[in-house]
Amino acid sequence: MRTILYLIRKEFLQIFRDKFIGKAIFAVPLVQMVLLVPAVTFEIKNINLGIIDRDMSPVSRNLISRLEGSGFFKITCFTHSEEEANNMLHRNRCDMILHIPEGLDKETTSGRVCPVMVSVNAINATTAQLSWAYLNGVLQDYNIDIIRQNAAVTTLSAMPQIKVTNRYWYNELLNYKYYMLPGILAILVTAIGFLLAGLNLVKEKETGTIEQINVTPIKKYQFITAKMVPFMIIGLVDLALGLILGKILFDIPFRGSIGLMFLCSAIFLAGVLGLALLISTFSSTQQQYMFIAFFFMIIFILMSGIFTPMDSMPLWARKFDIINPMAYLMKIYRMIMLKGSAFSDIARDFYSLLILAAVFMSLAVRKYRKTA
Amino acid sequence: MQKVIEASGIAKNFGNTQALRGISFDVNEGEIFGFIGPDGAGKTTLFRIITTLYLPDEGSMTVLGVDCVKGYRKLRENIGYMPGRFSLYMDLSVEENLRFYASVFGTTIEENYELIKDIYSHIEPFKTRLAGQLSGGMKQKLALSCALIHKPRLLVLDEPTTGVDAVSRTEFWEMLGKLKAHNITVVVSTPYMDEATKCDRVALIQEGQILSVNPPEVLKDSFTRKLFYVKASDKYNLLKILRSFPLTISAYPFGDSIHTTFSKDNPLGDLNEYLLSKGINDFSISEGRAGIEDRFLELMGTESIHYQ
Repeated sequence: MRTILYLIRKEFLQIFRDKFIGKAIFAVPLVQMVLLVPAVTFEIKNINLGIIDRDMSPVSRNLISRLEGSGFFKITCFTHSEEEANNMLHRNRCDMILHIPEGLDKETTSGRVCPVMVSVNAINATTAQLSWAYLNGVLQDYNIDIIRQNAAVTTLSAMPQIKVTNRYWYNELLNYKYYMLPGILAILVTAIGFLLAGLNLVKEKETGTIEQINVTPIKKYQFITAKMVPFMIIGLVDLALGLILGKILFDIPFRGSIGLMFLCSAIFLAGVLGLALLISTFSSTQQQYMFIAFFFMIIFILMSGIFTPMDSMPLWARKFDIINPMAYLMKIYRMIMLKGSAFSDIARDFYSLLILAAVFMSLAVRKYRKTA
Repeated sequence: MQKVIEASGIAKNFGNTQALRGISFDVNEGEIFGFIGPDGAGKTTLFRIITTLYLPDEGSMTVLGVDCVKGYRKLRENIGYMPGRFSLYMDLSVEENLRFYASVFGTTIEENYELIKDIYSHIEPFKTRLAGQLSGGMKQKLALSCALIHKPRLLVLDEPTTGVDAVSRTEFWEMLGKLKAHNITVVVSTPYMDEATKCDRVALIQEGQILSVNPPEVLKDSFTRKLFYVKASDKYNLLKILRSFPLTISAYPFGDSIHTTFSKDNPLGDLNEYLLSKGINDFSISEGRAGIEDRFLELMGTESIHYQ
């Protein structure tokens, strides 16, 4: 036990002796919170809209001013020429084009249907769909008004219709920061546990210091424990730091139990530390480790459901997420923070994470015993 | 006298490379035992087996009375190892490194200060300096201090003087000599032949085999033939001509002369004639005393003939 404490003391001494890492450990959560949380958002504002108005009527002008007033659109091109508008789309000056044909006013006031056309730049499918949805919303509203006006003229009774009012639970204002922040925290914790710890392990091999350690009576479990504990602590401290910053900067809601969140994080860290150890036994240089770890990180992050909802992933991807510790952590963080989930709500994910951590760790220890 | 290491038939392969081909030797308590051999002879592999880092493929080795495979745990407490490559923490200071290695062996610097005093006192003024910023000679002293801090009974040094200046090398060997007073056995390897004379016994090792084990004096005297130093101004040409001389067995350049052996005990008459006939006039021939290097080259020569 005393040996482990000496080893841990040595690790901390080395980590904080490193002028860069010592500072980066605290700077990274700060930068991630300040920059990434507000930057990574799906809210789309300032969609560049091009308009071809062939009608130039009160109805078309009214529609255009409604679009401008919605706050989503910025009209960057106003023309009569289809060619010019398409050209603007080509040159990325417009994200979408609304094509109002001649006769909009005449057709709608006389109670007939008039088609309008929308062209959307779909290089980014998400933006395209959302832009279209916003535009469609404005058109729908305007449509109902037109129908109402027409109806008021022809009949006196109100039009029968279903009126939908909705409420967004757990994040009423659809604040993307609330959605992203737990995800960013999960990435932060992973980076500490997976990258820093693994690189540290490989460094001992690369610089040859492991050889001197191996001829001492230090046992392997003592060495591994001493390598993991510091990064477990740093990971949790960074998580706390991230949460405090989130509260101060974005007033992030925290509805659940902080203790539960840290418990889950500790289990998660044990899992990724195990994985780091496993990969480190295969790599003999920090470069090799970095390359493989980066590959895993990307897969874990992109498939964790941080950006894309897991339910929309194909079946095989959801099957893969059974062994993706980040998928569980992402879910647990969001549920605890935004929904206030108790242990019973996340029990399934909790136990999955626990099993995963146990499997990774035992694989790693077994492999480590054989190699080093 | 008690044996500190008893090795018999140690072999180790890496894939198709035979690093050690059945090595047997004994090391007595309290002696400085040297392994001399060229790079790639298998010295480091052998040392890693002694220090329990590698397992031998064949053969058995008893170190300090315990089997080096089964008793590795016990052995590690009593062995001090200084790898060929500096393996201390570059980002820790001199004192932190020493304190760390003392603590993992369950001891303190103060407890064994007496043992390392002679060595450590040289670097103590720089004890707050990071190990990575030390000069080669100081790094070597720190590494030796760290290898000694737990008062090992056996000290294993893998090419400790490679890349160290001549003054530090001499100092280093003096320090090793002093360790005898503490009854510490030293096993050391070096590519420098001149350092062999400072060992009590020397094993010549080449291509994973031990060619001979002898005290350095005996090693020199065991040179089987008469050795002649041949000199001339055009050394390169002289070497070529000597090697083409039918009576020559070996001719190796050493400094300004060529150490040559012949199949005849008195070849001077024939040699004079031969050299003159080849156009070399300014040569001088004298009988010389063989050094360890000569013996080593002789052994290597017979071995290579043996292989063919």
